Amino acid sequence: MKLELRGITKKFGAFTANDSIDLTVESGQVHSLLGENGAGKSTLMNVLFGLYEPTAGEILVDGRPVRFSGPGEAMRAGIGMVHQHFMLIPVFTVAENVALGDEHTRAAGILDLESTRRKIREISDEYGFHVDPDALVEDLPVGVQQRVEIIKALVREARVLILDEPTAVLTPQETDELLDIIRRLRDNGTAVVFISHKLREVKAISTVISVLRRGRMVGTADPDADQSELAALMVGRAVGLNTTKSAPQLGEETFSVSDLTVLSPEGVRLVDRVSFGIRQGEILAVAGVQGNGQTELTEAIMGLQKAQGSIRLDGEEILGRTTRQVIRAGVGYVPEDRSTDGLVGSFSVAENLVLNRFDRAPVGNRFQLSPAAIRSLAEQRVTEFDVRTQGVDLPVGTLSGGNQQKVVMARELVDDLKLFIASQPTRGVDVGSIEFLHDRIIRERDSGTPVMIVSTELDEVLDLADRIAVMYHGRIIGIVPGDTSRDDLGLMMAGITPGTEPDTTPDTTPKGATA
Amino acid sequence: MSTTATVPHGPAGPAPAAPTTERPTTDIVRHWTTPIALAVLAAVSLAVFALTASGKSATFRISTDADAIHIPDIVVPTIAAGWTITLLLAALAVWGFLQVRRSGTVSGWVSAVFAALFVAGFLVWVVGAANTTTVFLTGLIAGSVTLAIPLIFGSMAGVLSERAGVVNIAIEGQLLAGAFTAAVTGSVTGSVWAGLVAAVVAGVLVSVLLAVFAIRYLVNQIIVGVVLNVLVAGLTSFLFSTVLSSNSSALNSPPHFPSIRIPFLADIPIIGPILFDQTILGYGMYLIVIALYIGLFHTKWGLRVRAVGEHPKAADTVGINVIRTRYINVLLGGAVAGMGGAFFTLVSSSSFSKEMTAGQGFIALAAVIFGRWNPIGAFFAALLFGFTTNMQYVLAILGTPVPSQFMAMLPYLVTVLVVAGLVGRSRGPAAAGSPYVKE
Repeated sequence: MKLELRGITKKFGAFTANDSIDLTVESGQVHSLLGENGAGKSTLMNVLFGLYEPTAGEILVDGRPVRFSGPGEAMRAGIGMVHQHFMLIPVFTVAENVALGDEHTRAAGILDLESTRRKIREISDEYGFHVDPDALVEDLPVGVQQRVEIIKALVREARVLILDEPTAVLTPQETDELLDIIRRLRDNGTAVVFISHKLREVKAISTVISVLRRGRMVGTADPDADQSELAALMVGRAVGLNTTKSAPQLGEETFSVSDLTVLSPEGVRLVDRVSFGIRQGEILAVAGVQGNGQTELTEAIMGLQKAQGSIRLDGEEILGRTTRQVIRAGVGYVPEDRSTDGLVGSFSVAENLVLNRFDRAPVGNRFQLSPAAIRSLAEQRVTEFDVRTQGVDLPVGTLSGGNQQKVVMARELVDDLKLFIASQPTRGVDVGSIEFLHDRIIRERDSGTPVMIVSTELDEVLDLADRIAVMYHGRIIGIVPGDTSRDDLGLMMAGITPGTEPDTTPDTTPKGATA
Repeated sequence: MSTTATVPHGPAGPAPAAPTTERPTTDIVRHWTTPIALAVLAAVSLAVFALTASGKSATFRISTDADAIHIPDIVVPTIAAGWTITLLLAALAVWGFLQVRRSGTVSGWVSAVFAALFVAGFLVWVVGAANTTTVFLTGLIAGSVTLAIPLIFGSMAGVLSERAGVVNIAIEGQLLAGAFTAAVTGSVTGSVWAGLVAAVVAGVLVSVLLAVFAIRYLVNQIIVGVVLNVLVAGLTSFLFSTVLSSNSSALNSPPHFPSIRIPFLADIPIIGPILFDQTILGYGMYLIVIALYIGLFHTKWGLRVRAVGEHPKAADTVGINVIRTRYINVLLGGAVAGMGGAFFTLVSSSSFSKEMTAGQGFIALAAVIFGRWNPIGAFFAALLFGFTTNMQYVLAILGTPVPSQFMAMLPYLVTVLVVAGLVGRSRGPAAAGSPYVKE
């Protein structure tokens, strides 16, 4: 099967998300679509899958033009898609999810799930998926949920399989397994479209790489191409991929967490007796797959979650204080989701820049705000952090992801910080801004602040960390030096402790680490 | 109110080169609220059922002399029963405390048995203290079903629409619209069937408004529902006072559905009159509950409806038309609620009167939640509410020591207790209440 896109253009109002894009996918190939967030990859695939109607251009299947008015038609034409956010119903079983939309029925519309179960078992055996058709989807780990998505496409006999950012939620091990599955699919004659912004994976799996930038196809590359070459194509200019930093100038350990536990309402230990310390001038990166307690850990430190244990900053207990008191104690905090927790989208850039000190001189006091002072402070911060905006009065929601993140950073990186915490500091941020943000974090470290980074991106962790704490199921499974190998970290992120890894700082070894 | 303790699951220590645990460690979170509530109720039982028992005996009559099968009356001495039930309740409360200490929560059967015993204790006490100490049990239950029928229709309307992701607060309005049009159309045409059809149409019309505003124009579903209720109440009241009341013989004296008694089966004690001596609407109600249960959980249609209510986008990506599914279900719900409305004027009352549904639509909504969005569950929940309503009527006739105003509160009090207390955290369709917008 051969799938061709010719001159696909998709406009949302005045904004052109895809600008006359040509793309050809053939069976037995893995065609990667590389591009930054907002480059138009997902839009293009949603057009292909019938979720969006293209403004112009045509889709050809085996040379015949087709029009999809909805995903149902795209599926019947042999196109399957694994969405970035899984399209599974959590309270349904695997079989029900797979059957949905393509149900087999007995008389009077009574469901016949048995044939679906059989098909799931067949596919599961063929590809080694180990999926139980009767398990509830909400009980399955994300990696398995993704396989259910793939099964959904295969049951419908998809000849083209689109995978939209499939590795974003996976551990390194799960990623390797997924890449193996993709190779098997390719060898069985499926055409695979692999969408990603991760250069390493794209290079490992692709037959052809197409690069999208700002809605345009800017070129194709060979999988053998150099990483920096691909990055330059993606961003449009040369970028430094590796942050350079000097050795840390370690001071006192002014921040420490001991035996911190956070419970869910059902009693699950989301954070399980976690202990660590961070010294002045040091970056501790908390690594781990999303959902292993990192969010709750940072929220507990910020007073946003109830917790037991102890959190000490400069010798004072800050557990039990309100969030405002924690901020006043000198903690800068970049939350993991800037659009919901970091910024008020409809507020102006200037207003967002003073959210943590609107009641303090010079921008205001207990009763009033001083617009002039807010404005001048905002203008100064915008310049300092190179925020690209038409003006400080614009709603912050209109800025690009990278610039929004710079606004959050500019607000939180105030003078005299006692502790700086950044969760996912560069998620959904363009490669160009990543460089800048990483640089600022390192500068903060070099000024002598203890810095805690939470990131699910191994690249980022390895770039920034002086030490790495890996979280798994709420526990810190080990604290290792910043130059630990990617493979060892991958194992730890999957809950496997590399038995002999020496710990350079035994005084901070938490309970629950390797015995 | 909760306390915690640690219980590690899985292997305690990390084994080298293997995942340490499959799942994170879980602590027991102890919820003391339920056993405390049970203890308080047991104390109430002691103070009321045991200590203030009248000393007379309560008689529960099951069959009349005319019945083919005669079952003797049940005579219960109030003092003995009060003490026995209080002791059993106290034992259950203690058991509840022990359960919480062991595993964190009280199991469902403890609460259920406790509730049943408490109701029994109340019945014995209140009947024993009444002027007439004999109550016709079969009549009490049959009357409960009759009172529950419009509730059941209403709750089926709620289930239909909420399962597809549209919150239906307008059940009250749909019932009222159905009752009104059934009365007027039935009176004008002289045909019960025309009345029923008109009621269905009226219910659907209210639903059309709900659907268009909620699905097409994305207006907050709660607000649309509330507004519709007010609109229908205002409209029917206005028409009632300006048109119907001055001309009631022509416009407000509808014909009624006769009861269809199935020979022999209807003579079975207790369940006979409930199942085999109903009007067409009563039989229809049973059919709708069963059909809806099978439909939702065992057919292709139901799978799709539930998918739309849980995760509309996922349903969309497998080619299901979310908007159409929602429209159809909301309209179907309106039709079912319209039938429930017709029951008021074509079966249970002689004619339409102002706001005659008296909040039943909201009780139906409570039944949907108590029944966990399951037709069978909602059916039994509605029966419970019907039972308490009927008990209030029956006890008023018997002449109880409890002031009638308090007795009138009973159904609503039970609704609040049941929905707030017993249900706990019940999880409805995830997407109920949020409109679906295709980007």
